[in-house]
Amino acid sequence: MSIDRRNFLKALGIAGATFTMGQCFGASVEGKKNDNEFYGILYDATRCVGCQSCEMACAETYGFPPPEDVPEPGVVRETTETRRIAINQFTTPKGDFFMRTSCNHCDKPACASACLTKAMYKTENGPVIWREDKCIGCRSCMIACPFDIPKFEFDKPNPKINKCIMCYGLMQEGKQPACVAACPAEALKFGKKKDLLEEAKTRIYASPDEYYHHVYGETEVGGTGVLRLSPVPFEELGMRTDLGDVSYPEYNKTFLYSVPAVLVLWPAFLLGLHNSTKEREKRNQILSEDES
Amino acid sequence: MNREQNTGLLKFIISELKPKGKIITPFNVISAITVLAAIVILTIRFAKGLGSVVDSSQSHPWGLWINFNVITGVAFAGGAYVVTFMVYILGMEKYRPIVRATVLYALLSYMFYAGALMLDLGRPWKIVNPIIGNSFGISSVLFLVAWHFLLYMGSLLSEFFPTISEWATLKRQRRFFASLTLGVVIFGIALSTLHQSGLGALFLMAKPKIHPLWYSEFIPILFFISSIFAGLSLVVILESINQKVFGRKMSFLHKSSHRPVMFGIAKICTISMFVYFSMTVLVFIHGKNMAYLNTPWGYWYLVEVVGFVLVPGIVFLFGYKRMNLNMVRIAAAMSIVGIILNRLNISTIAFKWYDGVIQFPNLNEVIVSVAVIFVQIQVFKWIARRMPVYTESPSWVTEESHSKSFQIRNESPYKLNTRRKKWKTSAG
Repeated sequence: MSIDRRNFLKALGIAGATFTMGQCFGASVEGKKNDNEFYGILYDATRCVGCQSCEMACAETYGFPPPEDVPEPGVVRETTETRRIAINQFTTPKGDFFMRTSCNHCDKPACASACLTKAMYKTENGPVIWREDKCIGCRSCMIACPFDIPKFEFDKPNPKINKCIMCYGLMQEGKQPACVAACPAEALKFGKKKDLLEEAKTRIYASPDEYYHHVYGETEVGGTGVLRLSPVPFEELGMRTDLGDVSYPEYNKTFLYSVPAVLVLWPAFLLGLHNSTKEREKRNQILSEDES
Repeated sequence: MNREQNTGLLKFIISELKPKGKIITPFNVISAITVLAAIVILTIRFAKGLGSVVDSSQSHPWGLWINFNVITGVAFAGGAYVVTFMVYILGMEKYRPIVRATVLYALLSYMFYAGALMLDLGRPWKIVNPIIGNSFGISSVLFLVAWHFLLYMGSLLSEFFPTISEWATLKRQRRFFASLTLGVVIFGIALSTLHQSGLGALFLMAKPKIHPLWYSEFIPILFFISSIFAGLSLVVILESINQKVFGRKMSFLHKSSHRPVMFGIAKICTISMFVYFSMTVLVFIHGKNMAYLNTPWGYWYLVEVVGFVLVPGIVFLFGYKRMNLNMVRIAAAMSIVGIILNRLNISTIAFKWYDGVIQFPNLNEVIVSVAVIFVQIQVFKWIARRMPVYTESPSWVTEESHSKSFQIRNESPYKLNTRRKKWKTSAG
């Protein structure tokens, strides 16, 4: 198949268009490299007394009704559209302990990478926030979040997504999150993630019998802003330990990287295929006319 | 176009708006009742919030409108890109008679299913954000799918526009859009490849939530391959029904080409279903999922993969070999069930399988889902009764295209001669 100027220009145009389109509709996996600069919260289950002060402080700060139920073993309290923190009690062979459920502020959050408007957004300082003016209410953040944290107001005509935002507003004023400030047992600590990780490991080394030797959130789902310490294995306190150490946006990576390639190569290939079949058709037609 | 022509066109369209044929038929009555009920339900939904009518919950955030109408329905609209690929790219002229009906079906599917998506969005008035807003979530699969839906709808409209212009006698516009067809078809195939697989990729990050028998990193590829036979199976059913509905008005070409086209499709379905089945088996073995097979979930998986993929694949094969049209139709219906099972398994049934609760849609959701499909069918009927979808194009179209090919033939006899010589030497 010879190529004339017209076809060459056509192919060039398509390739060029797809190249530029591929750039803007294509893909990149978001991620920030220097996660050491992120802020985070350290939660220590050996210190938590289940007083719900954090829940109450959170409800007060954001105008939600204060919690009416209390943590009990065997009952799973979840975060809801009016509750950003939930404390649960678990009975383990080592005794009864509490565990806190709230947003983990992943270093590479699945919710933010699922969001098509960047309403779910990982800020420079570490908190993952939700921006009302951008959200279209598609709820793909809820599908993506491995911890099932974002909650949707199903019963409102103008629904919002509710989740912990690490008190991003207070943080910008230089204050610590409301729950951390309210904790009477020093089970919560706010700070740079780097420092919190050191602190967590120091606590384990200082009293190795008291702690289960793992910091939940150091590697889970590629690292999270909220770090957890526990006296017993984490699955005994209702935490999922099968989530893997790969950050969740990685699962999309192969697909998203193939998008620009498909948009560039597919049309060129199809055009070539079309030209070759067209040529063959014409040739058959004319040859058969000659024979008759 | 001057004003006189404009008012003429307007009058023509108004006169065409009147219904043709019997108005009160059982089907029309049922669809009218369903649509009325759906309007009531949707009014409540927009006044009081999504939770007042649907059973979606915090653990199953997507209900029937997304999981059935969008994720399943779009797979069935895949017929358009497969058929246009065969006709315009591979030059398989045999399938040209079904191009218009298939493209029309796909165009309406995308329009109505994107509409269904709007019903399910919590904040639909913000829909412009990912399109013209300054908030491009380019790392999001849904962003890609949304854009591809939009662009593909434009491509389909452009592919279908010659039919509209033949109905409204818009000669210049027809010529323009007909000249775009090849480019639009190529663009549309690229978009379809990506958004059909993209619908699967929406679930890639739900790894810990979907049963391992259904989750794999190959979901996008499986979604793409299955959309080939999903779309073609729907074409089989659609064409079989329309042979009965529009039979009398159909052009001779449509009627006479029905059987060979159906058997051709049966062959392609057989091949793509066996490719899909062997890929599923590979994924199953790769995932080391043997242990799950002897559980209730495993049996359900076998129902889907063997009962509604392998079996219809075999029925397609026999239907093709024995030239038995009814077998082809049965196989098509079975594979449609298989696709519905597959999409709903991934998005609803095996989603949060460890909860022990299967999310069932409530009556409200079903009514709205069905109403969307009814409206789509009614619009399809309206268009197919008026525009040359199944009937022959008006005579000015054939005259125009004849004179065009005559022109080409007579344009450069020299060039044609040299070509002829070249081919003869290369062939001989």
